[in-house]
Amino acid sequence: MTIPDLFFHNLPMTAVPPDWPGGYWWHWLFFTVILIGFVLIMIMGATWIERRGLARLQSRLGPNRAGPFGLLQPIADGIKVMLKENIVPDKADKLVHWLAPVITFVPVFLIFAVVPFQDGALLADLNIGILYVVAISSVATVGVFMAGWGSSNKYSLLGAMRNVAAVVSYEIPLVLAVVGVVLMAGSMSLNQIVVGQDIPYILLQPLGFLLFFAAGCAEINRSPFDLMEAEQELVAGFHTEYSGMKFAMFFLVEWGEAIALSALITTLFLSGWRGPLLPPWLWFILKTLVVFFVMVWTRGTLPRVRIDQLMALAWKFLFPLALINLFITAIQILVWPAANQWVLVVINIAIMIILVVLWSKLFFKLGWGRVEV
Amino acid sequence: MLANYGLIGLFSIVVVLFTLVMVITPIILRFLKIVPSNPNPIKNSIFECGMETIGKTWVQFNFHYYFYALIFLALDVLVVFLYPWAVHLRQLGLFSFFVVLILVFIVLIGYIYAWKKRVLEWK
Repeated sequence: MTIPDLFFHNLPMTAVPPDWPGGYWWHWLFFTVILIGFVLIMIMGATWIERRGLARLQSRLGPNRAGPFGLLQPIADGIKVMLKENIVPDKADKLVHWLAPVITFVPVFLIFAVVPFQDGALLADLNIGILYVVAISSVATVGVFMAGWGSSNKYSLLGAMRNVAAVVSYEIPLVLAVVGVVLMAGSMSLNQIVVGQDIPYILLQPLGFLLFFAAGCAEINRSPFDLMEAEQELVAGFHTEYSGMKFAMFFLVEWGEAIALSALITTLFLSGWRGPLLPPWLWFILKTLVVFFVMVWTRGTLPRVRIDQLMALAWKFLFPLALINLFITAIQILVWPAANQWVLVVINIAIMIILVVLWSKLFFKLGWGRVEV
Repeated sequence: MLANYGLIGLFSIVVVLFTLVMVITPIILRFLKIVPSNPNPIKNSIFECGMETIGKTWVQFNFHYYFYALIFLALDVLVVFLYPWAVHLRQLGLFSFFVVLILVFIVLIGYIYAWKKRVLEWK
């Protein structure tokens, strides 16, 4: 394969193309540039979609001055934030305060290293792909806690503690929902998972999808679970003391994680790059944006939960349902290995509805429990 | 497979450098007098409704966080054991299913105990 081939019509089909000299390095260089560019451009697009979409949902216009439809707003914001004064509190732990955005920012990029954009078109096709994603994405929490701790501000510290508590709680339903997908696919490599999805797993694993979506939204601090930066209670949470570029980096992380989660949902549940007519990478980006829009929609629709509700939802609703979902999937695979997939789709959707309704009637309902705060 | 991890390692080095550049650029711009830098005691104080923070900020944690952390540890280790099983379930067959069921059941006893003892309530 020659380099023009690489750029024009077909992306490399194996993780390490061996048939041209220095293939390893070209592959690495190509995907490093592509991934960094992809993440930054998607973050810009995401901020635009979020602000315009949210404005539409709330009957306002949103940013519409910079460029057509306000499309250049992210660039204007970037320049503005780059030129802002950098304020560090006197009492802050300077080194921790300075390192926190870096440590939060890096994992967001690293997640994309194993996400396939096309068949075999990914930086590294790890055979433990999804486990790698789960491990790497947890590192960002350390950065968030460093930000809260290093700022020497009580609001920041409270926000960071809440963040750690929420991430710890929602990690388990998230990971268990992924195990359901791994059961269906029989592989942890994200590329293999996509190749195995003749029917999108959102249909075969509807409960798993719901759990993954809810837990993922909580994990990356999105509304309705964004208690760590609840403005009414904690000023701005862990990034209260940040300004200028470092503040911007926390915002980039927020949207970067949202895009990463959308990309993961696309890969795990919406059959990734597979689709008719359009080129695969375009399908991947389109599906990612659709999932992201659903997240914006949730933010525009649902009110923020209370902190005790947040914890209870993870431990009393999502975790037991995730375990039940896991074992139902395992039974289906063992007992009817050759069953018609569409029959399973119907059965699984029915099971999902019954479980969600019954569990919320019998064991846990959001809004029960303690009323005084 | 090792080559793949090499790719990720190299990628992570580039990403760390990229992120450091993003943090350092405003510092360089400050020396070029493009980014302003006019610190004063009020501006550099900690944000708290316009008054000084009372007491130490770096307080001890609420003990309740540790309950969650402990349950999380037990369950997370369980989940890590589930991954290899999930990949090979088709080859391992029904026997492995019951083994995992017993494993999960043992951990679940602790979970139900924690629920009944109201450890999962946020106080």
